[in-house]
Amino acid sequence: MDALLIYKFILCVIVFVISLGMAAYMTWGERKLAAILQDRVGPDRAGPLGLLQPIADGVKMFMKEEMLPTQSNRFLFILGPCLFMITACMTGAVIPWGSGITIGDVTYPMQIADINIGLLYLLGVVSIGVYGIMIGGWASNNKYSLLGALRASSQMISYEVAMGLALIALVMMTGTLSLGEISRQQDAGLANVVYQPLGFLIFIICAFAETNRAPFDLPECESELVGGYHTEYSSMKLGLFLFAEYINMFISSAVMATLYWGGYNFPFQHELGLEGNTLAILQTVALFAKIIIFIFIFMWVRWTLPRFRYDQLMHLGWRVLLPLSLANIFITGIVMYFLGKLN
Amino acid sequence: MALTNRSKTVTVRELTWSEKLYLPAIFKGMMITFSHMFKRTPTIKYPDVKREMAPVYRGQHVLKRDEAGAERCTACGLCAVACPAEAITMESAERKKGEESLYREEKYASIYEINMLRCIFCGLCEDACPKEAIFLTDRIVPSSFTRGEEVFGKDILVESQDTPVDVTKRQSPEVLEFKKNKSHYHNRTFKDAKPLVNKHH
Repeated sequence: MDALLIYKFILCVIVFVISLGMAAYMTWGERKLAAILQDRVGPDRAGPLGLLQPIADGVKMFMKEEMLPTQSNRFLFILGPCLFMITACMTGAVIPWGSGITIGDVTYPMQIADINIGLLYLLGVVSIGVYGIMIGGWASNNKYSLLGALRASSQMISYEVAMGLALIALVMMTGTLSLGEISRQQDAGLANVVYQPLGFLIFIICAFAETNRAPFDLPECESELVGGYHTEYSSMKLGLFLFAEYINMFISSAVMATLYWGGYNFPFQHELGLEGNTLAILQTVALFAKIIIFIFIFMWVRWTLPRFRYDQLMHLGWRVLLPLSLANIFITGIVMYFLGKLN
Repeated sequence: MALTNRSKTVTVRELTWSEKLYLPAIFKGMMITFSHMFKRTPTIKYPDVKREMAPVYRGQHVLKRDEAGAERCTACGLCAVACPAEAITMESAERKKGEESLYREEKYASIYEINMLRCIFCGLCEDACPKEAIFLTDRIVPSSFTRGEEVFGKDILVESQDTPVDVTKRQSPEVLEFKKNKSHYHNRTFKDAKPLVNKHH
């Protein structure tokens, strides 16, 4: 039991460090990719290819003057970014990063907590993340912040509906809410995206909206709202908001890979004749390759599409994605009925 | 009137069903940005790499000295007359006894100013100069905080005696040949006018 606890603790630390490291290098990747897509060079002064840029940015964020608006609610003002960051880091707990690693005679799952309501936990934690933005924006006592926070909360709540309904079709098919079990099912069969292409499309659009990424970056929307909900923030509190956005992006990429694209499984993994830990490490590499592809798509979309107007955003969420996801549930149900998978 | 053949007539109309889907248009746009990943960036990383300049680049002017180190300019004013931007002003003075080593001829420019904000760097002053005194060089005019600093006087324009400015690139054999007949060319009448023919043809 003690060994399991120590293992879980180490895994927690590793996942936390990897989340932060990925987020840091995603900021570099974002700037570099933006530059490449716009025929520019991008950061290249700090280290080879600008690889030390995230460290320089982090140091800059810590050295900046810390400002607290006099009219703000001090406690809530600090709570906002903390809550946003905590929820962003919490979601990594239910992602299966590999099948299982063998230490001594015992095989440990490479997942911090394989809870049987993993999907529900994920949606719940993401919903709490809205509070971070809302509290931060409201506590700033600034009209731009408040507008940004309002936009963020309405946007995230609207798109959570379609996202949840897209997931219900998946849950109907897999019959489980556990992410570990969903991964194992995709090892035996095909990746879920083959059966749920529409569900995946809805999910990825909602993921863009949930992470406040372009083309749904209305909460920040620097051309209309200065900085949106983080207008009044400075120093590392601003850094936490920006950083948490990247962690959210990383985790939602991991969720998409796990739910729809086979998780840590890769084609012909059992034909290679690999066993145990080698296979587990290769699986983790495969999962990270998938995650990086999704992150690339996130950034690629950001530097291609312009921002939606607010009414277009709400129209897309409620009048396009919601009926589509309901239709997806309906079609899934009918197909399952005719295949005799419903009792 | 169409300036290019790329103009498109745009009308306001209802979107078709496939356009309302957005997805084909999004895919098209994403392919455009993706194609830019494989394009070479035109950036020149300035402090490390300097842009290659044409050997006859027309930058900041220099007032040359002759072999003995005396100023060549005689303040004839032909450059100021030739200047289309009216950037050049000067005042002439008579050479005193004992100043022969400073000024080559009896008359010299006591004040010679070029307003770098007016100058269009066309090089006509150089063409007009009968004394081979003014040349444009490949030096870039430095920027400044005030307009006054951009009016360059003799202190900046006249080359220093120790470090002469190299203008051989602007004095190619063709240029020297052209300059040799310059007075004739400038004063030609309709009778002796003949088109300028490049000697290579």
